[in-house]
Amino acid sequence: MTITYREAVRSGMREALQRDARVFLMGEDVGEYGGTYACSKGLLAEFGPERIRDTPLSESTFVGAGIGAALGGMRPIVEVMTVNFSLLALDQIMNNAATLRHMSGGQFSVPLVVRMATGAGRQVAAQHSHSLEGWYAHIPGITVLTPATITDARGMLLTALEQPDPVFIFEHAYLYPMEGPVEEGSMAVDISKAAVRRTGKDVSLLTFGGSVWKALVAAEQLAQEGIDAELVDLRVLRPLDRDTMLTSVRKTHRAIVIDEAWRTGSFAAEVSAVIMEQVFYDLDAPVARVCSEEVPIPYPKHLEEAALPSVGKIVQAVRRLLG
Amino acid sequence: MAEFVMPTLGADMTEGTLVQWKKQVGDRITKGEIIAEVDTEKAAIDVECHANGIIDQLLTKPGEKVPVGTVMAVIREEGPPATAPLQPQHVAPQPVLRQPIPTPAAKTVPLPPPSGRLRISPAARKLAAERGLDPTGLTGTGPEGAITLEDIARASTSPVDIATPAGTAERQARMRQTIAAAMARSKREIPHYYLSTTIDLSRALAWLTAENARRPVTERLLVSVLFIKAVALALKQVPELNALWKDGEAVRSERIHIGTAISLRQGGLVAPALHDADRAGLGDLMQHFQDLVKRARAGSLRSSELSDSTITVTSLGEQGVETVFGVIYPPQVALVGFGKVVERPWVATGLVIARPVVTASLSADHRVSDGHRGGLFLAELDRLLQEPQTL
Repeated sequence: MTITYREAVRSGMREALQRDARVFLMGEDVGEYGGTYACSKGLLAEFGPERIRDTPLSESTFVGAGIGAALGGMRPIVEVMTVNFSLLALDQIMNNAATLRHMSGGQFSVPLVVRMATGAGRQVAAQHSHSLEGWYAHIPGITVLTPATITDARGMLLTALEQPDPVFIFEHAYLYPMEGPVEEGSMAVDISKAAVRRTGKDVSLLTFGGSVWKALVAAEQLAQEGIDAELVDLRVLRPLDRDTMLTSVRKTHRAIVIDEAWRTGSFAAEVSAVIMEQVFYDLDAPVARVCSEEVPIPYPKHLEEAALPSVGKIVQAVRRLLG
Repeated sequence: MAEFVMPTLGADMTEGTLVQWKKQVGDRITKGEIIAEVDTEKAAIDVECHANGIIDQLLTKPGEKVPVGTVMAVIREEGPPATAPLQPQHVAPQPVLRQPIPTPAAKTVPLPPPSGRLRISPAARKLAAERGLDPTGLTGTGPEGAITLEDIARASTSPVDIATPAGTAERQARMRQTIAAAMARSKREIPHYYLSTTIDLSRALAWLTAENARRPVTERLLVSVLFIKAVALALKQVPELNALWKDGEAVRSERIHIGTAISLRQGGLVAPALHDADRAGLGDLMQHFQDLVKRARAGSLRSSELSDSTITVTSLGEQGVETVFGVIYPPQVALVGFGKVVERPWVATGLVIARPVVTASLSADHRVSDGHRGGLFLAELDRLLQEPQTL
């Protein structure tokens, strides 16, 4: 069966709502409007206003309410429209959600799931286009997921709801209309491991989220030049699955990290550092990064494209790395 | 009067920057005291003075970069100051290697890095160390001319870097270097054991004479081809000798590619592979062998021929050698040597008669095989050479 990424997210939420009476969804426009990205379309009619709740435009308030509900024994799914606006809730996330277990000596647990859109590529300008999931990956005490596939978009949510601690799911907004096959039956997806999306021997492309597909196209293009690239979808930014990526780099001896965030202080920088620390003597070339230009993501199409990682930039970086 | 000049603080240093003077004009200085801090491209270094006296003039200002040999200070003997101050003196700088501005579309010319440090990837450095290969002097093909794993692999498996055509002298030097590295590694890492046996060749030679009489002149066989085929077939009985040592263990090779040592006229040798020697007919082997010799001497071997061998055979009979004590070519684990075919008194059925014989020897890696198995191999070789028609 073929569905879209957004239907996959919806199907995951529906399954969760059916399975567990403690699960409810809240966020801006998730009810009547069906979600800014239409992820919750139809859920209000199906589950009612008690469980599908529209909130005021106040990220700090409704994320805080979600934390409270989780502390009280519920299993809230909080939708924040995009990561750009999640900064308003950063205090709740950082100082409450991520720390309460620690501060209470393990007495309190915050089983909260927060979903939000991230990324650029749709000409919605700087305030709606940034990729800040790497910032969240900095915070101990939470899990950070970046589903890139239909299966992950649906299944990661279900596994996330089983966690005793906060889980943040970053859905790349560019992927919502993407169509793909979905497996019937078991839905839950492992959220402790990265996934090798393509095996190869010459270079490891390490990436996550929306960039996975650019890297895959780049890998196919490189294959025609006789360069056999391996593609690792990191997909769990925290706790990072080091084994899978390092195994790949040990094999190929070359690594390129692709991250739609800005290069400086990026998650790509963290991945590069881990590679240097742990497999330096296996490297046959310096670790390379393909990131966004250090500008607010521009509105005009050609400038936006120029600012973001692209298939061409990835291919170029690989060629440079191979000498 | 003594002069303090910009010293050479490393073979590749051509100029240095004065960071600061540690003495001022009028200060007394003794031999061995630090006079200045100089910044080279590698590090800031405290520099000693090699004269006793009083600082008369400081000619270089902190922050100035001057070529090696430039007079930077004047030190006078105890007494009043000199009258006319000296002007800063510069010596003609050595030509400094500068990175050319790359023209678009042209490949950047790999240059030795300005720091004098070898540009080599960590993985390549590790592999070079494992193989006992000195990477200095190799041409890097990686990013910015860095030496990569592939460069090391190529240098340590092929005596001639065929990828880069080079002048004979350079190629010669490089070949010597590669042989040196491989052989030093072999003797350092491989615990060799040596066995030899004398084989009666009367049947083999008689068969060969008859066989060659049947063949057109251009297709006649040499006895060395018989040896190669016999080695290939004997390996089937003792397959552990047909292996490559990889990451601390021997990996047996399914196929039998016999490296045949060919000495080159200008010196050095190569041992290109005769692929699947166990399956090739004698006529084909002979043809391949002649082709290899011709191309080895013309310098047009293929890289697969240089890297695929799973064992080496070397025949030094032409030089009159009786017994070969060969050094194994890593990562191979055995080498078979043949000496000169000579007539010797031979005792057969109680009679002493003249027989053509050859001494075959085995150098083998004791980590992989033992003398017992090595002995079986030589026995099998002998047996095969007694039945030349089966080869």
